Amino acid sequence: MNKQKSYSSSSLKKLLWVALGVLVSGSAFAKSSLNMTQGVTEFSKIAYDLHMIVLWICVVIGVLVFGAMIYSMFAHRKSKGVTAAQFSHSTTAEIIWTVIPIVILIIIAFPSTTALIKMEAPTDADGKSITMDMTIKVTGFQWKWKYDYLDEGISFLSTLKSDSNIARQIGSGINPTTVENYLLDVDHPLVIPVDTNIRILLTANDVIHSWWVPEFGWKRDAIPGFVNEAWTNVKKVGTYRGQCAELCGKDHGFMPIVVNVVSKADYANWVKSQKGEQEVAEVKNNTQWSKAELMSKGEEVYNSQCATCHQATGKGMPPAFPALDGSAVVNGPLDEQIKTVVFGRAGTAMTAFGSILSESDIAAAITYTRNAWGNTAKDAAQPKDVKKIKNS
Amino acid sequence: MSNTNNNQYYVPQLAKWPIVGSIGMTLTAVGAATYMNNQLDSPIVMYLGFATLIFMMFGWFGEVIKESESNMYNPQVDASFRMGMVWFIFSEVMFFAGFFGALWYVRNMTVPWLGGEGTGVFTNAELWPGYEGVWPTNGPGNIGGKFELVDPFHLPLINTVLLMTSSITLTIAHHALVDGARKKVIGWLIATVVLGAIFLFFQVEEYIEAYQHLDLTLKSGIYGSTFFMLTGFHGMHVTLGAIMLTVITVRMIRGHFKPESHFGFEAVAWYWHFVDVVWLGLFIFVYII
Amino acid sequence: MSHADTHSHDYDHDHKPKGFVKRWLMTTNHKDIGTLYLIFSLAMFIFGGALAMIIRLELFQPGLQFVQPDFFNQLTTMHALIMVFGAVMPAFVGFANWMIPIMIGAPDMALPRMNNWSFWILPFAFTMLASTFLMDGGAPAAGWTLYPPLVLQGGHNLAFAVFAIHMLGISSIMGAINVIATIMNMRAPNMGYLKMPLFVWTWLITAFLLIAVMPVFAGAVTMLLTDHYFGTSFFDAAGGGDPVLFQHIFWFFGHPEVYIMILPSFGIISEIIPTFARKPLFGYVSMVYATAGIAFLSFIVWAHHMFSVGMPLGGELFFMYATFLISIPTGVKVFNWVSTMWKGAMTFETPMLFAIAFIILFTIGGFSGLMLAIAPADFQYHDTYFVVAHFHYVLVTGAVFAIVGGVYYWIPKWTGNMYSERLGKIHFWWSTISVNVLFFPQHFLGLAGMPRRIPDYSTQFAEFNMWSSIGGFAFGLAQIFFCIIVWRTIKGKGTTKATSRVWEGAKGLEWFIPSPAPHHTFQDGAPVNDGHLAHVSSH
Ligand code: HEA
Ligand code: HEA
Ligand code: HEC
Ligand code: CUA
Ligand SMILES: [Cu+2]
Repeated sequence: MNKQKSYSSSSLKKLLWVALGVLVSGSAFAKSSLNMTQGVTEFSKIAYDLHMIVLWICVVIGVLVFGAMIYSMFAHRKSKGVTAAQFSHSTTAEIIWTVIPIVILIIIAFPSTTALIKMEAPTDADGKSITMDMTIKVTGFQWKWKYDYLDEGISFLSTLKSDSNIARQIGSGINPTTVENYLLDVDHPLVIPVDTNIRILLTANDVIHSWWVPEFGWKRDAIPGFVNEAWTNVKKVGTYRGQCAELCGKDHGFMPIVVNVVSKADYANWVKSQKGEQEVAEVKNNTQWSKAELMSKGEEVYNSQCATCHQATGKGMPPAFPALDGSAVVNGPLDEQIKTVVFGRAGTAMTAFGSILSESDIAAAITYTRNAWGNTAKDAAQPKDVKKIKNS
Repeated sequence: MSNTNNNQYYVPQLAKWPIVGSIGMTLTAVGAATYMNNQLDSPIVMYLGFATLIFMMFGWFGEVIKESESNMYNPQVDASFRMGMVWFIFSEVMFFAGFFGALWYVRNMTVPWLGGEGTGVFTNAELWPGYEGVWPTNGPGNIGGKFELVDPFHLPLINTVLLMTSSITLTIAHHALVDGARKKVIGWLIATVVLGAIFLFFQVEEYIEAYQHLDLTLKSGIYGSTFFMLTGFHGMHVTLGAIMLTVITVRMIRGHFKPESHFGFEAVAWYWHFVDVVWLGLFIFVYII
Repeated sequence: MSHADTHSHDYDHDHKPKGFVKRWLMTTNHKDIGTLYLIFSLAMFIFGGALAMIIRLELFQPGLQFVQPDFFNQLTTMHALIMVFGAVMPAFVGFANWMIPIMIGAPDMALPRMNNWSFWILPFAFTMLASTFLMDGGAPAAGWTLYPPLVLQGGHNLAFAVFAIHMLGISSIMGAINVIATIMNMRAPNMGYLKMPLFVWTWLITAFLLIAVMPVFAGAVTMLLTDHYFGTSFFDAAGGGDPVLFQHIFWFFGHPEVYIMILPSFGIISEIIPTFARKPLFGYVSMVYATAGIAFLSFIVWAHHMFSVGMPLGGELFFMYATFLISIPTGVKVFNWVSTMWKGAMTFETPMLFAIAFIILFTIGGFSGLMLAIAPADFQYHDTYFVVAHFHYVLVTGAVFAIVGGVYYWIPKWTGNMYSERLGKIHFWWSTISVNVLFFPQHFLGLAGMPRRIPDYSTQFAEFNMWSSIGGFAFGLAQIFFCIIVWRTIKGKGTTKATSRVWEGAKGLEWFIPSPAPHHTFQDGAPVNDGHLAHVSSH
């Protein structure tokens, strides 16, 4: 508590100094960008160009209108001894300033329309719809993303990296500037190949989220019960970061998106290693675990998947998120708790984890909750118990 | 300040009823909200609020009627009341328009998309495989289970006839009032109220039938939701209209209204016709197509 | 203009009811009710502003220092609901109550008892809404747009918020009905429609918008209520419903709602500019048509708030084009104001300063609106601070500046005292500079990729957020200063007595009655001759 206080007051002072510095030199602006990114896709460039066109049109109109007004404010002021003219209309003027804006708007409408068609109904040079080389399904959860490579059968969750997550807590005492990519890093980034037409299908599990990587030039909502379609083709290898862009509850600010765009060869290797990992996971689902193994794995799963709501202390944040420490469900029959976690609770933030975590992870997390803090159930859940309930 | 000067626009000096109304409204709202949240076991506070609102209405309208009957209103005041009523009815039209709009949207957009039409190809394939987006529906999740529809050509048709007739009887009453035939007015007004009451009776019958035999409930997915919300709000408006008609009838019996000035009567008549028109919309868009 | 003195009605029997309860709780007087609205609005502005100050405090630097994320979302939501429904809308109704009857020569509003009720619903509704802060689970936290399914996860607050919104809706509708009936039915003889001051015109059209969209909003939140408590499926795909349906209904209300908050501002500005330019309003008739045009268009652009939900291409194109069109009538207004100033003989008292700042800063907000309207670019802008910058330019330097300008303009008429011009000018410069420090950097934040509605941000956004917060605190303090100025004016501290005409260039019926305006005006009708009117030049 004390630590936090000293941090914030000292950094407050520091920031005030920075403020002064900026005021004097203006140099601190160098670090932050002032404008929309040009991005790394064809579409992001188009969005940027449109943005600049309208911006300049507005600047020109602004200069003319405000210029006339400011001139008038100096020239036509009473203190200069002018007498007010009494004219009150001019049809010619009215027609001019109706027609000119119409023309300007029509000029803007053309590139906007082409750009929109490019995004929504992309065609190649011959006017044929372009083909998609691969499809990735993106599912928003409170508060993480799940990526399914529909062609490869790979799938994984992507959550805020733990160093950011620890630093962001009130009273953590950690200065965000010391955390690399603060709030913009995840445990498992999305990996995609460069120069590939990728169809992205967006949906959500609980509430509306929105998937946005500024460098790709668009955002699209992920809506529960519906699938939205978007596409991208990234021209440059690199790591690109974005954030959820639709308010989705308390941790809306903490579900970043990271995309690693890699060469096609690297991508093929990555797919291979991912498949290997998936086989390992399958084996884990079919073995009997010792309780110690379950507990240590469980703590890890719990802290990455459950703690956002139920808190690392198991105390939850009642009434929205119940405490698991002392909960009747957690201390009751094992099957009931497995059901709760596997199927979730409809209409609440409690997700059906059965479809997003492996059976061994669920078993581990449950075992952990039943034996951590003051909980005394003493028993352990095995992957096969979870499988049984899942298939019931 | 008694202001019986008919040339001057009548401005009441003090109004004690609005604040009573606000308190009644708040009690109703707080009572309903706490009850719905299970913070209170009974809706007693809500009933208290309702009672306060009814008390307010009696008091308020009573005051207005008294002023009206003692000739404190000149034609300009009358015009204000008329405009007030017209724009109030317009606001009601927009309220229903919201629900009709929702019905239109789910039928023509959402449900086909869920069924895979248009931009819904992936929605259907990925999330709701096998679901066919045809109306009526309780959605791909089959929420509320299988249900049957109300046959539009039994009770609803009868109800349509009843309401249409009641609009006619009310118009006859109005003409009679203009002609100064008071007995006739009262007779036709009673007929109108009775028709409205029978309508409501059948509506309740229909709901019971739907819940008990057709398994059609408020929870039957989007069909049940739109069906009961639209017909339910309409039913509430009929109830309100019938109460207003009853009040008008009583006032008639007490000798209120004049052939050349009877705003209260007209306001209720407009309202009743509005409710009638909404029903026609319901009959066509909810029951038939 | 010696006409004022020759008025034959006697203003001396004031008949103010005695005692607090009778005077304020039971009043039917349009001026008292106007005063109640204005005071209420100021209180809500301070409340909503205080919430904004906590928001800016938390965003002062990266990392969470003061509030938990969920509480932050409650702050954002309640800040917006209170500012929109508690501060800006009631302020305009307050102006309407005070000024419309006077401007058209009517003895009072058309339905005085209902007028009282319109107001007295508000304190109850907002108490209910604010009480959710104290409940289990706190206040609504899904944004003022109340999107399901998120809003349905809220705890006990949903029912309270929905019922509060119903009450606000009832109040607004009754207020609007009253305005329409007053304008259509209560004009003095010879006060033809095209002789009405523009403020009256803009309110007539605003009232129509209110009656058309508030019930739709009420319907939308009712569906939220039944989805949450009674098992309907309006917004649940499993039952055949659609979360996007709510967005359509909400924005069918929401977009006209933002014009409800700007059209009366246009009216106020159109009163102020001619007065201080000493020149008739340029293009009066086209101003009326432009207002009506904006109102009409406002019904067919709503989905520009939803470009990213994945509408079919045709829909996106339609809403993009329709939104473009709004720039045309709005431009007509801006050009007409500038032409009114052109070749006038201007002086720059505080109301005029605010009006000029309004024109420039509102137009900047309008420009960013036009940028947002370009759907493919909105895919980038949407839900970033660029949008936040846009709407604060149109709402704060638009609506709020017009309100503040209007207060300076008419407060001598209301209180009989001239506010201190020196303090007024300080307030103006202080507000105008700080508000730009507050909101201009938010454009950069949005373009650089900062999403809105987040309590914490990555470090690259730190500098501009700090600037914005500093501007915010300064702007907040300036408004405290404003409260002091208003208070001193009401109490007559350091002020002079206002004349009935107040401003040298003022025209319009309100300037032909004494200051302060007597409790009752025009009880026997007002004789209107064209010399009284601000806008009808001799043509
Ligand atoms: C008073 C309130 C107000 C007003 C007047 C406006 C005015 C406009 N708004 Fe704004 N808007 C809001 C309040 C307002 N808005 C709010 C509150 C939101 C966010 C809601 C939320 O999500 O929480 C929003 C969001 C919003 C969006 C959605 C952004 C997003 O979420 O992605 C869009 C998109 O099109 C938009 C567009 C416009 C346009 C085109 C205008 C036009 O009316 C502007 C017209 C004016 C001009 C253009 C300037 C003057 C004209 C000239 C000088 C003539 C010549 C000019 C040209 C030809 C360019 N607004
Ligand atoms: C008319 C409407 C209106 C008005 C007047 C304002 C006024 C202000 N708004 Fe508001 N705002 C909205 C409407 C409005 N806003 C809306 C619709 C949203 C979107 C909400 C959503 O996302 O759902 C929003 C969101 C919003 C955000 C984004 C939050 C987020 O996305 O997380 C921010 C952040 O800076 C903000 C700041 C401010 C500030 C600093 C003011 C200032 O102008 C306020 C100044 C006034 C005062 C400060 C009051 C007077 C003084 C005091 C109370 C004393 C205390 C003073 C000090 C301690 C200095 N607003
Ligand atoms: C997005 C937020 C969220 C996450 C993440 C989450 N839960 Fe929950 N959980 C909830 C909510 C909300 C409830 C209460 C549901 C209700 O009201 O019925 C709940 C309830 C529970 C319950 C029942 C508690 C009781 O006393 O009723 C258990 C057990 C549980 N969660 C376990 C877990 C486990 C294990 C995980 C991680 C694998 C997890 N939860 C992750 C939100 C969450
Ligand atoms: Cu997910 Cu915001
Ligand atoms: Cu809009």
